[in-house]
Amino acid sequence: MQPDRLSTGGRIDRSLPLTFRFNGRTCQGYAGDTLASALLANGIRVVGRSFKYHRPRGIMAIGADEPNAIVQLGTGAATIPGLRATEVELYDGLVATTARGWPGLKFDLLSVNEFFSPLLSAGFYYKTFMAPGFLWRWYEHGFRHASGLGISPRETDPDSYEHYNAHCDVLVAGGGPAGLMAALAAAKSGARVIIADEQGEMGGSLLSDGATLNGNPAGVWLGKALDELQRCPEVIILPRSTVSGYYDHNFLTILERCRDHPNQRDAEGVRQRLWRVRAGRVILAQGSHERPLVFPDNDRPGVMLASALSGYIRRYGVCPGRRAVIFANNDGAYLTALDLVQVGASVSAIIDCREYGAGAVAEPLREAGVDIYQGYIVTGASGRNGVRSVQVVPVSADAGAVKSGRKIIHCDLLAISGGWNPAVHLHSQAGGRIHWDDVRSCFIPGAPRQDHVSVGACNGSFSLDACLEEGKQAGQEAARACGFEPAPFSTPEVGRERPGEAHPLQPLWRVPLPRSPRRHPKQFIDYQNDTTVADVYQAVQEGYRNVEHVKRYTALGFGTDQGKLGNINGMAVLAECLGKPVAEVGTTTFRPPYTAVSFGACAGAAVGDLYDPVRKTALHDWHEAAGAEFEVVGQWLRPWYYPRAGEGLDEAVARECLAARRSLAIMDASTLGKIEVQGPDAATFLERIYTHNIARIETGRCAYGIMLGEDGMVMDDGVMARLGGQHYYLTTTTGGAARVLGWLEQWLQTEWPELKVYLTSVTERWSTIALVGPDSRKLLQGMESDIDFNREDFPFMSVRSGSLAGFATRIFRVSFSGELAYEINVESDFAPALWQTLMAAGQQYGITPYGTESMHVLRAEKGFIIVGQDTDGSVTPLDLGLTWLLSRDKDYLGKRSLARPDCRRPDRKQLVGLLCEEGPEALPEGAQLVEQPGGEPPVAKLGHVTSSYYSACLGHPIALALVSAGRARKDDVIHAALRNGRCVRARIVSPVFHDPEGERQRA
Amino acid sequence: MLLINCPWCGPRDESEFGYGGEADIARPANPDALTDEEWADYLFMRKNPRGLHREQWVHEHGCRRWFVLERDTVTYEITDAT
Repeated sequence: MQPDRLSTGGRIDRSLPLTFRFNGRTCQGYAGDTLASALLANGIRVVGRSFKYHRPRGIMAIGADEPNAIVQLGTGAATIPGLRATEVELYDGLVATTARGWPGLKFDLLSVNEFFSPLLSAGFYYKTFMAPGFLWRWYEHGFRHASGLGISPRETDPDSYEHYNAHCDVLVAGGGPAGLMAALAAAKSGARVIIADEQGEMGGSLLSDGATLNGNPAGVWLGKALDELQRCPEVIILPRSTVSGYYDHNFLTILERCRDHPNQRDAEGVRQRLWRVRAGRVILAQGSHERPLVFPDNDRPGVMLASALSGYIRRYGVCPGRRAVIFANNDGAYLTALDLVQVGASVSAIIDCREYGAGAVAEPLREAGVDIYQGYIVTGASGRNGVRSVQVVPVSADAGAVKSGRKIIHCDLLAISGGWNPAVHLHSQAGGRIHWDDVRSCFIPGAPRQDHVSVGACNGSFSLDACLEEGKQAGQEAARACGFEPAPFSTPEVGRERPGEAHPLQPLWRVPLPRSPRRHPKQFIDYQNDTTVADVYQAVQEGYRNVEHVKRYTALGFGTDQGKLGNINGMAVLAECLGKPVAEVGTTTFRPPYTAVSFGACAGAAVGDLYDPVRKTALHDWHEAAGAEFEVVGQWLRPWYYPRAGEGLDEAVARECLAARRSLAIMDASTLGKIEVQGPDAATFLERIYTHNIARIETGRCAYGIMLGEDGMVMDDGVMARLGGQHYYLTTTTGGAARVLGWLEQWLQTEWPELKVYLTSVTERWSTIALVGPDSRKLLQGMESDIDFNREDFPFMSVRSGSLAGFATRIFRVSFSGELAYEINVESDFAPALWQTLMAAGQQYGITPYGTESMHVLRAEKGFIIVGQDTDGSVTPLDLGLTWLLSRDKDYLGKRSLARPDCRRPDRKQLVGLLCEEGPEALPEGAQLVEQPGGEPPVAKLGHVTSSYYSACLGHPIALALVSAGRARKDDVIHAALRNGRCVRARIVSPVFHDPEGERQRA
Repeated sequence: MLLINCPWCGPRDESEFGYGGEADIARPANPDALTDEEWADYLFMRKNPRGLHREQWVHEHGCRRWFVLERDTVTYEITDAT
């Protein structure tokens, strides 16, 4: 069943077999497997097709750096694209498919791309598919199909996600030997510690390391350490959790995969949780990634990183081959050869580019009869669906040139190692620099920029002793920095079951070849994007020098592995082309996230009903019972219109508007922003805010007012009322309430702190009921009240406080409709009762509730603007014809700007009315206005339609518009351009269509 | 995400705050006396230093108070709010 599974060894549970399906084939693995280890155990070598050339590819790595084994997990709504098989823990019933390869992985029609590869080199998109532009859509469709990395589900995600905010003293990223020691050291001091590791099991390299700790296998110490951590009450251990982002001021995100893994598949709760952690100190212990070596056909299935191969053997009991060749430039890979020998696989040869070969680690291998080729390199690999042989040649002592003496060695597995790259990702995200270390041939972290430190392999300290010691030191220091006294404890003693003395690594990136890289089979740098040595050479030849540019031109490091495997090799090849040291070429920028974060986790709980808060007025239930249709205004749900049986929007609005103009209508205006301004300097303050004169307004009177930004543009408008000597009340637009309050506070606090003024938002406290129509006074006069509603005693633009039908009210005689109208403020708790009282009393006048649509029609008939609809931040009060509102005797915000020449240009866009001269249809809002139809583009635009409605009261459509020099062009005919290309004639008129004298509102 | 020390409430996440741009720009006492250039300078021209920057913030979703702090525009290090 599992031909490549070893009979013993590994951390898998052979008594718990699991069945899964891969590309339709039923396979078996064991509990403790990843999908990758199970595929290898089943002898499956080809797991994907490459991005561009559709070459067969096998599993290369064992972790987050895997470029080839990208799978689509599950089906239907819960399917997840783009997962690395190396990180998918196996569970019973798992279904996985590979995204590419049509019709099948072994026979892929698009592998013909390889024969056309001269066309597909770096930058081929830009060169080949430029023209004609209209074909791009067709090209793109083909590309998506050919290169698709997976399918996103069309259904709504059935799972839920959450964000979780946390604070800790010490955050440890990575649960390997260094991270565990750091967490232990910090935890023993009593500090609050969070330790996160991306794998299902904590332990990192200890899970597959052959070393002993305190005389026992590493696993024994690991178990004890975890046990100890678990007993600390202030420690949070997060397995299956990737520290994905390191942001400012020690703010980090951790993606915890709660229900993605086998044991909790059926558990309740969120699928993934995004931790948002503010940490006192951060200890980075993410380990390192092994580098491949770059040689012709280095992507054959069966070519694998040496450490990955060791990991599969030791951790999963899988040996994916019988006859192996090792190709390396360092001693570490010899340990892989030992692992192979130990499980009975034959090692055909070790190809070591170093003339001086390896240290003591080579001895047991020589004894076992393994051929060691010192001063040799691999220059080719054959075997399309699995490596069959390698070609080796001797090289010069500096590994810079090939010599003669080619040999072919047969094998079915090729383990490669080019050295190690510390995972400096989080260090770099935190703003830390990295620098090149010549001894270790890798980039290592420089000085940290925030409160963090790198320890162990991600700090370039690759030995187990160093990892443990650095971890301990860092943990204790971090605890101390957070104010805790670390308790002493000893570092476990590392015993080697194999010799540790090593010869130095010899830097080798791409192997030297007799001819130019382009004239040899492809040498892959970035496996995921099919970026080759020839591509980098070509980029340099075409003039690219900067590493960021070369990256973008060749797509190096653009895959979902973000170059974890290939980037440093790419930089080194670029350095070679440019004749510069690697250190000078530098790396591209490391950006979050370290590995992909699902959209679900990004969104957290903020989806569906929780996406945005919904605000409802106190009268909402009544509106709903009355069958209102709602619209969202700001965050408010407002009644839009109240359709009766058989009515659509147009019919309902016509009926509502006519009721307001002819008899009596009622509207919930509670969403108006309401601000109380109190204090001895209230009037002084408002004088500076509003454009009109405040001092003239007596107690009990109201005024319409506008506020300008300092740039002179209209910011908000509303009614202000004087309730007492030092007591004012302002209304703002529904959407502007918070902004205006913030604006007032800013001036009060930052510029005029000497003014004694308090601002209080009372938007929710008061509900506002607008009673509109010629019968409104009669209705109020018929109700029990201590307010005199007589025309003379309660004139237009005044306010009265008193009881109405037993309710305490403030009643404003203001009008946003142009009719006789009252806006009644009542404490919100009483609003439903008062509303119903008014509805009952208004029966005799046919009282009609109306919504926002009718409100818009009524105000547009009067030429009343809506800030943000008829204005857009580039409109001054002069443009709106509101000169009468601008005081000459005082300064106010924005006044000086109105004197700028640009604000005085005669051709500025001004508010006008428009009457469509053709047909009964209203002009579309937003329609552009032009002088004449036709003409050569670009056609000069005169302005645009800002508001447009059918007026039932007038019997024809009306519109408001901003038109260049419009006020002086009364009765001119201009044209509105429609989306269908047609132009219709429109006549410029006054923006006030109804009752221009204003007699009705003053009635 | 920045950690900002509100002088009234203590350290809070940046998401609770609003940004108010460069600090210490006083509104001219007599705007009418200014030339258009001088007014434009007050209105539009702002420093964009590499390094220390005194700027206004408001604890929008907290105490609603405005305050000034100094931030290094390179390192984002914040020195005490005043």
